[in-house]
This record gives sequence, C-alpha cells and structure tokens, in this order.
Amino acid sequence: MGNVVVDVMLKSEILDPQGQAVAFALPRLGFHQFTDVRQGKRFVLTVEGEVTDEVLAAAREAAETMLSNPVIEDVVSVRAESPPDSTSAESQA
Amino acid sequence: MRIGVVTFPGSLDDHDARRAVRIAGGEPVTLWHGDDSLLDVDAVVLPGGFSYGDYLRAGAIARFAPVMSALIPAAKGGLPVLGICNGFQILCESHLLPGAMIQNDHRTFICRDQRLRVENATTAWTSDFMPGEEITIVLKNQDGQYVADEATLDELEGEGRVTFRYVVEEGGHNPNGSYRDIAGITNRRGNVVGLMPHPEHSVEAGYGPSLDGLTFFTSVLKSVVNA
Repeated sequence: MGNVVVDVMLKSEILDPQGQAVAFALPRLGFHQFTDVRQGKRFVLTVEGEVTDEVLAAAREAAETMLSNPVIEDVVSVRAESPPDSTSAESQA
Repeated sequence: MRIGVVTFPGSLDDHDARRAVRIAGGEPVTLWHGDDSLLDVDAVVLPGGFSYGDYLRAGAIARFAPVMSALIPAAKGGLPVLGICNGFQILCESHLLPGAMIQNDHRTFICRDQRLRVENATTAWTSDFMPGEEITIVLKNQDGQYVADEATLDELEGEGRVTFRYVVEEGGHNPNGSYRDIAGITNRRGNVVGLMPHPEHSVEAGYGPSLDGLTFFTSVLKSVVNA
C-alpha cells in the first residue's frame, strides 16, 4: 500500500480569510513573531501496491482537475510518501 | 415553457426556485444531479445551498455530477442557465463563468436584504430590467467573495459582462469583499448568468423585500419564446 501526498495552497494574491483568523488569534497565545499565516490543504491518496510513475501522473491530473481550482489555488507538490517499514507497521498493529 | 431546477445533495433553495418559475408562468421541472439528462427543458436553474456539503470547495464536487455532463455542453450551445449562490459557485467551478468564489472577507455568514444595480439588461435572465435599475433581493452566503485576476476583471468590464454590482455607499464596503463590487456576471453569449444574491426568494408579495426576483424568470420566459 502506498500513499501520494498532494499539497494545495491558495495563490499568494488571493486573500486567505482562514489564515487571517489564525494569524489574529496567535498573538493572544503569546505568539507575536508570526507576521502572516496562510492555510492550505493536504490530500493523502492511497493506492494498492507501490506508487508508480503512472500513479503519480494520475494524482497530478486529479490535483489539477478536482483537488485544486487553478483560478485561485496552486498545486504546490505531488509526491510519493515513503511507506512505513514493516517493523513499525507491526508495532502500530 | 419548461424550466429545469437541479437538485443536488445539499441543495436548499430548489423548491423556492421551482415555485418562482411557477409564479412567473413557467412549468418547473425537477432535474436530479445523478441523471445525465436535462429532460428537454428550455432553461435550467442551479439553485442555492451547500451541494455535497461544499466539501473541498463550494461547488467543486457538484461540477462533476452526471447532470453537469449534459448541462455544460448545453450551456455552451446557448441553453439559458441561471446559477444562484451555490449555483454561481458551480458555474465558476465548471468554467462556464470565469473567476471563483472564496470565503467572505469578514469570515462570517451574511443574511440580509441587498441592493444591487443591474449593469447588463441584455442577458437571457435580465432582459426585462432597465439598464442601471436598482433592485433589492436577499443575500445569504458564507463563500460569496468573487475573485478573479486583473486581466479577467478588465475583460468582464470591457465586454459588459458584469451583470450585477452591489450598491455600496460612498466609503463603504460591499457585503463579502467581492472584487470590483461584482455580484453577478454573464458569459459572452449572455445565456449563462451567475449571481450570489437570491432572486427566487423575492417573487411573491408578503415574502422577501420586493418582487424584483420575478423579473429574472419573466425575462427568461420571453427569451425562450423569442429564441
């Protein structure tokens, strides 16, 4: 089983109301060093078997057609997530 | 005159839209998101609500519903289509209209009677208005901020495709941060119109702030007859 991770962010010129809400709240907790916050989306797409080039190509197409809206968002990255090794998988089970 | 109203999972205003069609003198036809047929209707309304929960982005999943595979080519072929609120978002996600809708700049849901100026009274859905006429209908949304890049905004204005603008007092702000106070736009052909406020709630005396919404539906009934 493999995963493809897709990260999507609002374009920098588009106002990010959610990020702003977070940015306004951080100083109340004493975090004064962050001048801006942008909030994005992460999708984890799971496939049977390995993440092949074909799988990555399909993920890229899905990212461009549905997971993002090119008018307001950029697909920042589409990448294979390295699978957990078998020992850690067993320990989680 | 048969006017279809699509019901998606999460549509809220499909009943009101069908009622508005009936009051205007048309025959409302229920269309289902899972069917890939438009049942030979003469025009289509995409109603307000939160289709598919508005997960991912408002209108993003509805854009891929089976009914849209029939609607998108029909709209490109000239079928009159009106997208109201969530329907406007679906039209943008479908690229039938340019730009996109994001969260209101003040981050809160808004619900109020809203004054609009009719900027283009030549579309299939606005031909019964006078150019420059001011109307008042209900505005209620969370993701109502219309955004597009400067080139697209200039093109919309240059081609007279800004159909409705929020009436903003001097020094004031429009209700959701929409670029250039845009409340509604149309495609080049003028058959596809999307707007954020809700004409279908202002069609009967005693309900809503006016009867201005009725004019959208009488406009399209005439344009279908003349087509």
